[in-house]
Amino acid sequence: MASGLTYTMLDATKLSTSEIYGAVLCELGEKHPDIVGFSADLAKSTKIGLFQKKFPDRFFNVGIAEQNMFGIAAGMAKAGLTPFVSTFAIFATMRALDQVHTDICYQNLNVKIIATHGGLSFGQAGSTHHCTEDLSIMRSMANCQVIVPADGIETANAVEAAYYTPGPIYIRINRGFDRRFYDRAEYGFKIGKAVKLTEGTDITIIACGSCVYQAVEAANILANADGIKARVLDMHTIKPIDKEAILEAVHDTRRIITVEDHNVIGGLGSAVAEVIAGSGKGCAFERLGIPDTFSIIGLHEDLMAYYKIDTNGILECARELLGRDFEADDDWEDEV
Amino acid sequence: MEIIQVNELSKKAYQIRKLTLELLCEAKSGHTGGSLSEADILSVLYFSKMNIDPAKPDWEDRDRFILSKGHACPALYATLALKGYFPLESLSTLRKLGSKLQGHPDMKRTLGIDISTGSLGQGLSAGLGMALASRLLKKQNRIYVLLGCGELQEGQVWEAAMAAAHYKAANLTAIIDYNRLQIDGSNSEVMELSPLADKWRSFGWKVIEIDGHNIEQIVNAFEEAKQTVDCPSVIIAKTVKGKGVSFIENQVGWHGRVPTKEELAKALIELDERMKTL
Ligand SMILES: Cc1ncc(C[n+]2csc(CCOP(=O)(O)OP(=O)(O)O)c2C)c(N)n1
Repeated sequence: MASGLTYTMLDATKLSTSEIYGAVLCELGEKHPDIVGFSADLAKSTKIGLFQKKFPDRFFNVGIAEQNMFGIAAGMAKAGLTPFVSTFAIFATMRALDQVHTDICYQNLNVKIIATHGGLSFGQAGSTHHCTEDLSIMRSMANCQVIVPADGIETANAVEAAYYTPGPIYIRINRGFDRRFYDRAEYGFKIGKAVKLTEGTDITIIACGSCVYQAVEAANILANADGIKARVLDMHTIKPIDKEAILEAVHDTRRIITVEDHNVIGGLGSAVAEVIAGSGKGCAFERLGIPDTFSIIGLHEDLMAYYKIDTNGILECARELLGRDFEADDDWEDEV
Repeated sequence: MEIIQVNELSKKAYQIRKLTLELLCEAKSGHTGGSLSEADILSVLYFSKMNIDPAKPDWEDRDRFILSKGHACPALYATLALKGYFPLESLSTLRKLGSKLQGHPDMKRTLGIDISTGSLGQGLSAGLGMALASRLLKKQNRIYVLLGCGELQEGQVWEAAMAAAHYKAANLTAIIDYNRLQIDGSNSEVMELSPLADKWRSFGWKVIEIDGHNIEQIVNAFEEAKQTVDCPSVIIAKTVKGKGVSFIENQVGWHGRVPTKEELAKALIELDERMKTL
């Protein structure tokens, strides 16, 4: 990694995504005394508790009081410290939203919100703990950057990059273990820059978070079973979105699927749609995600299958989209 | 109170505990400690105090119960099933794909749930809304809200407390499951609550402090709350998290873990033993 964090790939296979986050924050904390940590009775669950163990004086468990927590973090940031704040995604982005909006984003304060249990990853808990609105909400917060890492390694990269990027940043990770996707940390992670995981000219699948792994699986099957070359983009940064990568995909493949563990309204799919619509170029397009509903309960992988944001869901959608017509644009070539 | 009735309610509380542990073991995840600590309170409410009819879950004049500490719903599901809201067999679907019995109670899916909860700190406001509605509609029913102690750290609880006293919502009773543990440790380690009774008193509430595992005291506390006509009442029920199973009692680690099959077998034996001594 850029600044040489010392955790090994071996660790990454043993640790859950949030444990990797906790470990990386400890390493950053050692080098940067300005880092302080916060949680609201979820230090253990979010794994920011690892930081607490190492730096008890720089950690504040404010009790079950998320609004107060974000307010205190804002005050600390104003005083020049760098708060990392962790709670469940639903409480960070909804319970304490006014504080996040007014105390942090409005004033452009340097607070890093590392929210866990995002999407449907808290599957059995029910709608009060599912969080399929956060990307939409946080994307519309001016000044705030929004990142959804694909796995533990990407989480490590994102947390580190967040420290070195001034201003409010929202990072959404899942509960528990993610399928490990990246097998090394040095693949050129950069906030705002999509990672091209497979080359392809027939269709592009743009994914974030836990859907990235599923997208690559689907692309492999499309290549082997259908002879179709699918490009897969890991769009880890939802804001600022990588317009260049999207327009290139429109140009090269003319068929795009977005897939995310989030309501189809307002998240990755919407961000990509805005770029495509703004370009005025023709493109067959489909958004996969949670339809506009409060979801049922079940294990995360079962829910991903149920809402068709898993490999099979992506495959089904890709095959349908490949047969779909769209209006070609004659002027395209000279505008790229 | 008659001894027979006290024993019956104690027995029901043990049944709630046994069912709770069985369904948590089956579900493989969920909240054990806070479910066991509230069992006696649920037993008294559902089998003695509340004016409800499982055959008519939507009956307008019924008393209302809000489990503001929604994570402790396994004990509530067990109670509702024992009361006859739904068959005991359906308890085994807890947390399964598409189940009506979610990890936090959902009133749209589960019969007998008066409002959906799970995000801590919100139940007392909703309860106050129901209490004020009852007064406007000239109904005689009562509203009960069960809160966790860690939950009291949420500011909204105190906004609701202030408002309930302001509106003199005497038909509203809050019960605090004061087991002194939350997730990251004890209340004092995480965020001190004491002097708790003084806090509520200063907010204008009638405060009743009891042993939350003493059936007679629980019954009397609800009676005292009912007799209080000029302000809302709060019952601070001192409880033991994980009550009834020695290896679960007072262990913060048992907040969000469930028994293995072996642990379940051991726990059921212990609960049966304790039940025999009634
Ligand atoms: C707003 C909100 N923040 C955090 C949580 C996560 N959480 C679930 S249970 C719990 C601890 C609750 O402690 P307490 O109220 O004392 O309940 P009990 O010990 O009786 O189970 C926390 C922090 C939540 N459900 N809602």
